[in-house]
Amino acid sequence: MNQNTLQEGWEVVIGLEIHAQLATRSKIFSGSATAYGAAPNSQASLVDLGYPGMLPVLNREAVRMAVKFGLATGSTVAARSFFARKNYFYPDLPKGYQISQYERPIVEDGSLEIMLEDGTKKTIGITRAHLEEDAGKSLHEGLANASGIDLNRAGTPLLEIVSEPDLRSAKEAIAYLKKVHTLVRYLEICDGNMQEGSFRCDANVSVRRFGAPKFGTRCEIKNVNSFRYVEKAINYEVVRQIDVLEGGGTIRQETRLYDSTKDETRSMRSKEEANDYRYFPDPDLLPVTVETAFIDAVRATLPELPDEKAARFVADYGLSAYDAGVLTSSRELADYYEAVVAVAGGPACAKLAANWVTGDFSGAVNRDGVEIADANVPAAALAGLLGRIQDETISGKIAKDVFEIMWAERALADAVIEAKGLKQITDTGAIESAIDAVMAANPKQLAEYRSGKDRLFGFFVGQSMKATQGKANPAQLNELLKKKLDAT
Amino acid sequence: MTLHTRSVAELAAGLARKEYSAVELAQHFLSRIERSNDALNAFVTVTPDRALADARAADEARAAGRAGPLTGVPLAHKDIFCTDGVRTACGSKMLDNFVAPYDATVVERLHAAGTVMLGKTNMDEFAMGSSNETSWYGPVKNPWDLRKVPGGSSGGSAAVVAARLAPVATGTDTGGSIRQPAALVGISGIKPTYGRVSRYGMIAFASSLDQAGIMAPSAEDCALFLAAMAGFDPRDSTSVDRPVPDYVAELDAPLAGVRIGVLKEFFAHGLEGETGALVQAAIDQYRALGARIVEVSCPNLPLSVPTYYVVAPAECSSNLSRFDGVRFGHRCKDPRDLMDLYKRSRGEGFGAEVKRRIMTGTYVLSAGYYDAYYLKAQKCRSLISADFKAAFEQVDLLIGPTSPSPAFNIGAKVDDPITMYLNDIYTIGANLAGLPAMSIPCGFDGALPVGLQLIGPHFGESRLLAAAHAYQRHTDFHRRVPAAYA
Amino acid sequence: MSLTRKDVEGIAHLARLEITEAELSVYTDSLSKILSFVEQLAAAETADIEPMAHPLEGESQRLRPDVVTERDQHEKFQLNAAAVTGALYLVPKVIE
Repeated sequence: MNQNTLQEGWEVVIGLEIHAQLATRSKIFSGSATAYGAAPNSQASLVDLGYPGMLPVLNREAVRMAVKFGLATGSTVAARSFFARKNYFYPDLPKGYQISQYERPIVEDGSLEIMLEDGTKKTIGITRAHLEEDAGKSLHEGLANASGIDLNRAGTPLLEIVSEPDLRSAKEAIAYLKKVHTLVRYLEICDGNMQEGSFRCDANVSVRRFGAPKFGTRCEIKNVNSFRYVEKAINYEVVRQIDVLEGGGTIRQETRLYDSTKDETRSMRSKEEANDYRYFPDPDLLPVTVETAFIDAVRATLPELPDEKAARFVADYGLSAYDAGVLTSSRELADYYEAVVAVAGGPACAKLAANWVTGDFSGAVNRDGVEIADANVPAAALAGLLGRIQDETISGKIAKDVFEIMWAERALADAVIEAKGLKQITDTGAIESAIDAVMAANPKQLAEYRSGKDRLFGFFVGQSMKATQGKANPAQLNELLKKKLDAT
Repeated sequence: MTLHTRSVAELAAGLARKEYSAVELAQHFLSRIERSNDALNAFVTVTPDRALADARAADEARAAGRAGPLTGVPLAHKDIFCTDGVRTACGSKMLDNFVAPYDATVVERLHAAGTVMLGKTNMDEFAMGSSNETSWYGPVKNPWDLRKVPGGSSGGSAAVVAARLAPVATGTDTGGSIRQPAALVGISGIKPTYGRVSRYGMIAFASSLDQAGIMAPSAEDCALFLAAMAGFDPRDSTSVDRPVPDYVAELDAPLAGVRIGVLKEFFAHGLEGETGALVQAAIDQYRALGARIVEVSCPNLPLSVPTYYVVAPAECSSNLSRFDGVRFGHRCKDPRDLMDLYKRSRGEGFGAEVKRRIMTGTYVLSAGYYDAYYLKAQKCRSLISADFKAAFEQVDLLIGPTSPSPAFNIGAKVDDPITMYLNDIYTIGANLAGLPAMSIPCGFDGALPVGLQLIGPHFGESRLLAAAHAYQRHTDFHRRVPAAYA
Repeated sequence: MSLTRKDVEGIAHLARLEITEAELSVYTDSLSKILSFVEQLAAAETADIEPMAHPLEGESQRLRPDVVTERDQHEKFQLNAAAVTGALYLVPKVIE
């Protein structure tokens, strides 16, 4: 679909509601484990099941993590916040209400900066972030006309992070979503695993004519579980809404589900019915008081944040803002990069290291789906490889081959270079004799070159390099070749 | 002296003297239950095996020198407290088949104190009622007159103690559910400060108002039991972490100089029959005992019934949403779909009054009505609470009637919810403000007992119990037992 | 406040209660009376009054250490459930 033409004259307005499962050991209101993938209902205690007589007791760690997020986003951490009940009936909601925060969330009024594709920065407002409990799951597979309810997830702590409607395209939405994703992992408050549902996103999407004073009617797209699908779902929804409006129709405020197989959003009829959640303060829980000392203690645990780290990478290593952004997109990658630089000899090789870490290394990590910590080429090993490039033992091109072998065999650079005989040839005599042989074997091309067909220089480079099995120092080879070819 | 007419303190003393064993004592009460429960309908579950096992354990503990003040004392639990392995029905068809897999904190603590569980008592469905007529298990009869109600919602507990089928029984009080039935059957009952006794394992009606307490012949008995029940519980966020005074040791605190406030608003409306005169006589008795009687006013107190009938239904509508036919409780036959499962399971499982309150609560919380009803009621609750606070700057205790009338006929008020709700006119204020309050017998209107209410400031249980005890040292209303059960 | 039968049907639906035609009449009448009764609150002067959600002022929520204290007891807990298969609670098919 061609969005540019379709979107002509229309402004897209997006706000995201992100649900980040907090990485606590136990649930927000009970002592049940939160581990993913346990046998059905094996982690559902009487509190999680909403048994008669059961009462919630708040997990300190969940509060600490929410405060940590608040501090990292420049938000206001409420000295007193309240829990409320959101009442509705659904099989995955055992008590018939969800304990959430409504009027007074623990975190309010913060922001994050995102970088757009053209390098400009934009500040996205964070309206609020509040604590709440997750629901269970309804399973349908293998059950005839029935659904099975697993309440292991019920009561897992969630931080719902609500943005202002500041996002103006799917790309901006993704940039923001990734930013939050990076941040919660830096803060170690969420594992960010979208597959397992630890990090989920609902998008509120509306469109309006440019210059229109009011936002259009929005639709909420529920639970899209990858960055790519969020982008596709928003783009689909934008086109759908514009189509409806241009066709003279109106947008109905509703919840829609993204179907990734059909790449479309569709109305969720089961949630159609007008909801009246009857929020009211939860009488089983008291006001949550966050004291200054508590905030200070949390502040002391804040790591260097992604933006701070990126700025430091630009300043200390002379990296481009883009490279710094990529390298700091995860704490593990940034740490890896810094370890490589430290071993490889400091800022002098910072740029080279950045290219390798964002290039071949990240490529291999993503291709094989491994954790950086488990990578076959640890930071010291990559630093070793970069050292051989710098001391011209091997060329950058050969280094790529060496890297692949190191990755495949968990080997060190020197061992690979030695075993495969990949050491770069820097001996002038050896290179010259290879060049001589090539010139002798290709008299026709030599004549053409010398009669002015400059383009054939490349041919001679290739042939000469081939004659040295690619091991000749490229700069030396170029220089010697030029001298010999041009010597008439 | 027959065993069952003894107070808890006397029974405990007899056990300590080895005048009888805990097993003998349990058997005595079990045989009384056997004989009289059919007529009273006060127990919904009798647990003879459990009682005898508890009693044997109590006797062993005593033999081993590990007996405490309550070891071997039999008791009944209101069927709102979850008991591991014993059905907890909460007066409802919804939970007729429900066996909790755990003990409520109150049950656990009293068990640990060596008490002997005789069974579970009848109650208004989910504690919603003032006459015990909303129970799925049928009405409880007042031992003083079987045509009369025993009050509610802890009507079964009140009746078993009044008829001495158990020396003591637990209760819960959301709007008067311990005090009003205690008054109507002529026993003592205390609702402690909100947060004093854990709510863990107590099936919730209205969480910000519910409080567990104890019903027994005398204030001294209440003190003995409250000491074992009260205290911090980390499983209840609303439980208060604060030391529990020695209620028994403080029973003898002198009355001289204690300022007792007569709440003007408690006498503004007609008190039926002899109630007014009997309460006045009790006030005179307090004056005679050295207390300083002062008239005080809580001008917003008349708002308490309407405030309560917004707040309590609102909370109950949410608390009772968990009964959906899925994990426990009644499930309708062959549900067509999810909606049918919910609606029929709940429609069949809940009785009329419970449904009425769920709907009232649903309405006052719903979009467009929240501010006018729920929020307004919460503000009125503030006003009422502030009135009490101001009153307790002038006095140490407040005094008045517990109920506007003695026990009424079964069936007399069932068709008119408002009239029924007004039974709680004098008791609800203490719940809204979270104050400790108790009812003690102060005389008889004909054959029916009348209750006197004392209200204290937050955590003022000691003074409350001491004042009640002082009165009971000079009166014998609390020792009277209906002739048929003497 | 005088409720209509339709109002009461709506409330009963929101509360997921099946009520019969006969009950509907009874509830329409009694709920209207109750609401009228509680409406006397409207006369109370409550400007600048903070709503009270909890009877004990000044208390704060206690925080629990993040420790796993529960073990798997689903078999015991599911004895009260009417329909269970493979440790899952069963409900009529949930359509999304």
